[in-house]
Amino acid sequence: MLNRREFLAGTAMAGAAGFVLANSGLALAQSAPQIALFVPAAPGGGWDQTARTMDQVLRKEKLISGSQITNVPGAGGAVGLPQFINQWKGKGNTLMVAGMVMVGAILTNKSPNNLTQVTPIARLTGEFEALVVPAASPFKTAQDFVAALKADPTKVPVAGGSAGGSDHILFGLIAKTAGVPATSLSYVPFAGGGEALAALLGNQVAAGISGYGEFAEQIKAGALRLLAVSSGERQEGIDAPTLKESGIDVELFNWRGVFAPPDISEDDKKSLITLVEAMAKSEAWATECKNRNWTSILMTGDDYTKFVADDTARIEAILKDLGLA
Amino acid sequence: MDTLTQLGHGFAVAFTPVNLLWCLLGTTLGTAIGVLPGLGPALTIALLLPITYQVAPEASFILFAGIYYGAMYGGSTTSILLNTPGESATIVTALEGNKMARSGRGGAALATSAIGSFVAGTLGTLGVAFLAPVVVKFALAFGPAEYFSLMVLAFITVSAVLGSSAVRGLSSLFLGFVIGMIGVDLQTGQPRFTFGMTELLDGVDVIIAAVGLFAVGETLYVASRRYSGKDEIVPLRGSLYMTAQEWSRSWKAWIRGALIGFPIGAMPAGGAEIPTFLSYAIEKKLSKHKEEFGTVGAIEGVAGPEAANNASAAGVLVPMLTLGLPTSATAAIMLSAFQSYGINPGPLLLTTQSNLVWGLIASLFIANVILVILNLPLIGLWVRLLKIPAPQLYAGILVFSTVGTYGISQSPIDLIVLYLLGGVGFLMRRFDFPTAPVIIGMILGPLAEAQFRRAMTISNGDWTVFYTHPLSLTLLILAFIGLAGPFIWGYVERRRLKGQEAIPGDA
Repeated sequence: MLNRREFLAGTAMAGAAGFVLANSGLALAQSAPQIALFVPAAPGGGWDQTARTMDQVLRKEKLISGSQITNVPGAGGAVGLPQFINQWKGKGNTLMVAGMVMVGAILTNKSPNNLTQVTPIARLTGEFEALVVPAASPFKTAQDFVAALKADPTKVPVAGGSAGGSDHILFGLIAKTAGVPATSLSYVPFAGGGEALAALLGNQVAAGISGYGEFAEQIKAGALRLLAVSSGERQEGIDAPTLKESGIDVELFNWRGVFAPPDISEDDKKSLITLVEAMAKSEAWATECKNRNWTSILMTGDDYTKFVADDTARIEAILKDLGLA
Repeated sequence: MDTLTQLGHGFAVAFTPVNLLWCLLGTTLGTAIGVLPGLGPALTIALLLPITYQVAPEASFILFAGIYYGAMYGGSTTSILLNTPGESATIVTALEGNKMARSGRGGAALATSAIGSFVAGTLGTLGVAFLAPVVVKFALAFGPAEYFSLMVLAFITVSAVLGSSAVRGLSSLFLGFVIGMIGVDLQTGQPRFTFGMTELLDGVDVIIAAVGLFAVGETLYVASRRYSGKDEIVPLRGSLYMTAQEWSRSWKAWIRGALIGFPIGAMPAGGAEIPTFLSYAIEKKLSKHKEEFGTVGAIEGVAGPEAANNASAAGVLVPMLTLGLPTSATAAIMLSAFQSYGINPGPLLLTTQSNLVWGLIASLFIANVILVILNLPLIGLWVRLLKIPAPQLYAGILVFSTVGTYGISQSPIDLIVLYLLGGVGFLMRRFDFPTAPVIIGMILGPLAEAQFRRAMTISNGDWTVFYTHPLSLTLLILAFIGLAGPFIWGYVERRRLKGQEAIPGDA
C-alpha cells in the first residue's frame, strides 16, 4: 500500500510536471497569443456569430492559442460600449466586434459614448441590403417603387428591422435621393427578420428592406421579387441591379468590424491589425463568409478610422431627417 | 402516404444509437436549463452553436430539439413547486400549480404537466408532420390588425385572474403596462421610462418580473408572518400521482390546450405566452370546480396551459421548417445553426434537406417519449423539496432566484430590479392585489401596442382595418362574447326564472 511519504512525493512530482506543462503552455502562448473577444450583444446574433467564427478560424489557422468571449448584451451595443471603454482600457489583446447597427443605436439612444473613443482595427464583413416586394406586387423595378413613393409615400408601407436600424436608414436614404421628405414615410418596423418576412409573404406591406441573406431563400423560391441591392456593384449569382444602376444614388453596407479598447500601444495596435489581416485572408475565413452570406470588405488602420467617422456622419444626417436622432 | 414514408425515413435517422444518445443528452440538458430561471433554451443553444463545427447536422439538430422540448418540461417544475417560473411560457402554470403544491397535490400537478406536455407535444409534432402546409397558410393571413384583435381577445383572459376586486386587478394590469413600456420603443427607436440608464434600454425581462413578484414577494410575505401560524405547506396528501378524478379532469384540458397552443405557436408573432393565458381562461370558464381556482389549486388550470405551451413549441417549428421563418429566439438560433452547415433554411428546405427535416421531426417524437420517462420518476424526488422546513426552503428560493436572474445577462441592475419588484410583490400580497395581471400586462401591453401602431401605419391611420378584415372581426366578436357573454347570459337566465315565477301568480 502507498504510504504517506510516497504519496506526498507522488503529488510533488505531479505538481512539478504540471508546472513544466504550464510553462510549455506559456511558450506556446507566446508564439500564438491568447486573445479576448468582447461582444456587445447576446449570444446568437450577428456580432456574436462574427466573434465565434473569428475564434474558430484564428485557432484553426494557429494564429491564436485560444480566446475568451465575453457577451454584454443590450440596446444595440449601447450597454456594452461604455463597459468596453472603461473596464478594458489599455488591454492590448482585446477586440470588440461591432458595426453599423451600433452607430445607429448610439445616435438614437443619445448615448454619451461613441466609436471615436475606441481604437478601430479592421472592417471585416458587410451585408448588402435588398429591396424586395411580394411576388404579386405591381412593382417590377426599383423605379416603379420610387415612382409610387413620389406619388404618395403614405400608400407604400415598407417593412424592415427596428426603427433607426440599417433597413430604416436605407429607406431614408432612398427617399432622400428621390426627393421624398423622410418624415412622410410609412416604415413598419419588426423586431425580428422572421416577422418582417411573414408580413411580406402575407401581403401585409408593399415592400421590404433587410439584409439580402434574410430574403435570399424566399427570392430563390419565387415568393419575393428582388428589385435592387444596395451594394456598389452587381453581385455574382444575384439577378438584380444595384440601386445606383436603377437611378437611385445610394450605396449601403451593413458592415461589421473589430475595435480595440482605448489607450493601447502602437505596437499592440499593429500586431492586432496583422492578426486580423492574416485571418481575413485565410481560406477558412473565405469559406465561412460564403456559408453565411457575408461579403468580405476588409479595410484596416487609418482608412478604417476615417471610414467609421464618415459613415457616422452620414448616418447621423439621415437619422436626423427621419426625426430619430 | 408520402408523409408517412418520409417520417419513416426520419425515424431511421433518429433511431441510430448515437442520435438517440444526443437526444437523451439534449432532453436532460433541456430539463435542467428549464428548471433554472434565466437560462433559457435560446441562450443554451447559442452557447452550444460551436459544436456544429464538430458533429453531423442531424446530431446537432436532434440535440437542439431535445433542449427545446426539455426546457418546456423543466420550466413547469419550479413554477409548481417554488412559484418561480423558469420560462415565460410557464408563468401561468405557477398560478394553480403552486396552489396545488401547497395543498399537498404537487405530485399530481407535476404529473399532469408532464403527461400533458407529452400529449400536447405529440399532437403538436403530428401537426408539424401532417398539417404544416395548411397551418402556415392560415398563420400568414395574420397581419398586424389581426394580431391586435388576437391581443384584445387575450386581454379578456385577465378577467380570469382578476381576483375578488376588479379595481385591484385592473390596477395590477396597468402597473404591468407601465413596466412593459420601459425601454426602447421599437416603432421610433426612442427610449421610454429609462431615466437615462442604458441598462434599462432593453426593458425589464418578464422572467425577472415574474420571479420578483411571485417568488421574492412571496418569500418576504411568508417571512413577515412566520409566527402567525398561517400558510402551512402540506408536503403530500393522497397518492403521489394523479387520481382517477384528476385524470378525467385533465385529459380534456390537455386536448384543448394543444388545440389552442399549436396554431398560435405557428403564427409568426403568436408566441408561447398568449396560448397559456387563453387556455387558462377557458379552463376556468369551463371548470366544474371553479371554487378550487386560486384557493387549493385546480388541476385544469395546470393541465391546459402546460399542454398549450408545449403545443406552441411545436407550432413554432411550422414556419421555421416550411418557410425558413424564425419566429422565436430559439428558432432564430436554430436557423443560424443551419447556416453554419451551409444549409440555407427557406421554403425549399423540406425538399432539399428532407432527411434532416424528417430526422428532426422524428427526434421530436422520441424526445417527447424520453422526456415523459425522464420526468415521471423524478416527481417523487421533486415533491420532497416541499418537506424542507419553510425557513430553509424560502432561503433556498431566494438564492435560486438571485442566481438565476444574474445568469440572464450578468447585470447587477437586473438584481436591483428583481428585489425592487420583490418589494412591490410583497406589498401587493400584503394589501391583497393580484400579481398575475402585472405579468399579463407586461407581455400583452407592448405586443398590442406594437401591432396596433403597425396596423395604423400600414392602413395610413384608417381604423376600419380592425373590422373590415374578416379574421380580425371574428376575433373581436369572440372577445366581445367572452367579455359581455356572461352578463347577457345571466340577464337572460334571470328573465327566464322571473317568467317561471310569474306563471303561478297569473293563475
